[in-house]
Amino acid sequence: MIHVIAFYLFAVMTVGSGAITILSRNPVHSVLWLILAFFNAAGLMILVGAEFIAMLLVIVYVGAVAVLFLFVVMMLDIDFAELRAGFVRYFPFGALVAIVLLAEIVLGIGAYRAGALRLGTPDGTAATPAGASNIEAIGALLYTRYLFLFEAAGVVLLVAMIGAIVLTHRQRTDVRGQKVSKQIARRPDEATVNVKPEVGKGVSL
Amino acid sequence: MTAFFQTLGMSFEWAWFVATICGILLIALPLLLGVAMIIYADRKIWAAMALRRGPNVVGPFGLLQSFADGLKVFLQETIVPSAANKGIFLIAPVVTFTVALLAWAVIPFNSGAVLADINVGLLYVLAISSLGVYGTVMAGWASNSKYPFFSAMRASAQMISYEVSIGFILICVVLWAGTFNLNDIVKAQQGHVLGLFNGFAFNPLLFPMWVMFLISGMAETQRAPFDLTEAESELVAGYQTEYSSMAFAAYWLGEYANVLLMCALNATLFFGGWLPPLDIPVLYLVPGFVWLLLKILFFFFVFSWVKATVPRYRYDQLMRLGWKVFLPVSLGFVVLVSGYLMATGHFA
Repeated sequence: MIHVIAFYLFAVMTVGSGAITILSRNPVHSVLWLILAFFNAAGLMILVGAEFIAMLLVIVYVGAVAVLFLFVVMMLDIDFAELRAGFVRYFPFGALVAIVLLAEIVLGIGAYRAGALRLGTPDGTAATPAGASNIEAIGALLYTRYLFLFEAAGVVLLVAMIGAIVLTHRQRTDVRGQKVSKQIARRPDEATVNVKPEVGKGVSL
Repeated sequence: MTAFFQTLGMSFEWAWFVATICGILLIALPLLLGVAMIIYADRKIWAAMALRRGPNVVGPFGLLQSFADGLKVFLQETIVPSAANKGIFLIAPVVTFTVALLAWAVIPFNSGAVLADINVGLLYVLAISSLGVYGTVMAGWASNSKYPFFSAMRASAQMISYEVSIGFILICVVLWAGTFNLNDIVKAQQGHVLGLFNGFAFNPLLFPMWVMFLISGMAETQRAPFDLTEAESELVAGYQTEYSSMAFAAYWLGEYANVLLMCALNATLFFGGWLPPLDIPVLYLVPGFVWLLLKILFFFFVFSWVKATVPRYRYDQLMRLGWKVFLPVSLGFVVLVSGYLMATGHFA
C-alpha cells in the first residue's frame, strides 16, 4: 500500500517536474525543477531496491552537477525574446532529436522485455544476490568482472580532466599570489635587522 | 517501536507509519530545544573567551535568552523585497531548515536506536549534506541583491570544494569499518586501539583524517573561520541580508542544527558514537545516548572555541586549503589506509 502510494507520488513528481523544467520561462526555475526531478528519480530507485544508485544520484547529480549548473545559469543574462525567436527555425531539428530519443527508449524497453538484455528481473526489481547489500554486490562485480572497463572509465575521466585543465590553464606573471611555504620558511633573523642609527642620521635599507 | 504499535492492534503498515512519525518527533523536538540551548551556549562560550558576560538577563543566568529572541523574531514582520523572486525567496529558508533536520534520521543514539537503520547510511549523510548548499544559493539568487548573490557564489564553490575531501576522509573510515551503516561503524570502533580505546581517532593512521574532518566540517557548515558566506565586513550578512522575521530564524536554527550534526558525525565516525571512550565494562552502565550527547557537546565547544579565537580565512586561502592541501592529503591517506589494511590482511 505504502509502496504504491510512494511509487505514484515519485513517478508523478518526476514526470511533472521534468515537464516544468522544459516549460519554465526562467532558466533558474528550470534548474530547480530539474533538481526536484533528480530527487524523485532517486526515490524511484529506492523503491526498486537500488539504494546505492539512489544515493549516488543525489550525491553526484543533485550535490555536484546541478550546483555547477545553477552556478552558471544564475550568472547568465538571458534574453528570452531572443531565445524564442529561433523556435520555428530549430523546431524540425528538435523534433528529430526527440524522435531519435523516443526510438531509443522504445527499442531499449522492447529488448529488455524480450529478454535480450539481462539486467535484473523482468518484473522491474533490481536483481541483488541474496544476502548481499547493494554496495557489496556492485563492488564484487565492478572490481572483478568489469575491472578493465571500470579502470578504462577512470582513465577516460582523467584524460577529460587533464584536457579541461590544459585548455583553460594560462600562465600569468603579473599576479602576486601568496606563497605559504615561503612565509612559513621565513625566520626572524633574516626578516628583521637591528640597527642603532646615530641621532639625526637616517637608516639606509 | 513498530512492534509496540502492532500490539495495540494496528496492521503492520499503520504501526510502521505511526512508529516512524513518533520517531521523527522524538528526534526533531529535542533537537530544536537543543538548538535553542546551544545558541545560548555558543554565545556564553564566545563571551567568556572575550572576557564578557554574555546573555545574562532573561531567566536564570540568561538561560531563556534564545526563547526571548525566538519570540522577538516571531513577532516581527516578514519583509519580502519587491524585486525578489518571491516563491524561491520564501522556499529557501525552508530548504535549509528541512535539510538540517533530515540527516539526523541515520544518526544512531544507542545500540540500534536509529530512525532509519539503512545500509547506505553514510552515503545518505553525504547526499543530504550536499543539499545544504541549495538553501544558501536559492536565497542569494532570489534576493536579487548584490551581497546575497556574492554570498551564494561563495557558498556553492566552498561547499563543493570541501565535500570532495570529506568524501575521501569518509572512505578511509568505511574501509576500516567495512560498512556504510552508521550503527555498524560505531560497533566497529569498540576496542579499536589496543582493545581499550573506542574510536577511530585514537588510531594513528586515522587521527590526521579526524583533524581534517573537523576542519572540513567547519568549512562545510560555514562556521568561523570559514564563514565567508556571511562575512559581515564584506557582505553585510551574506545570503541572509534581505531576510527578516521567521525566515531569518529558520536560517539561524538550520545553521546551528547543521553544526550539531557535524559534531554528532565527528562523535559517531571517529569517537565511537554512543560507546564510552574506553572499553571498560563499568563505563557501559551509563546509557549510550549520554555518551553521544557528551561527545556532541565537547565538539560543539571545540567549534565555539575555534570561532572565538581564529580569524576569518581569506577566500583564496580557503580554496587553497581545500584543493591544494586537504584533497591531496586525504587522497594519499586513502591509498595509505587501504594499503595498510591489505598488508595486514584486514579484508581476508
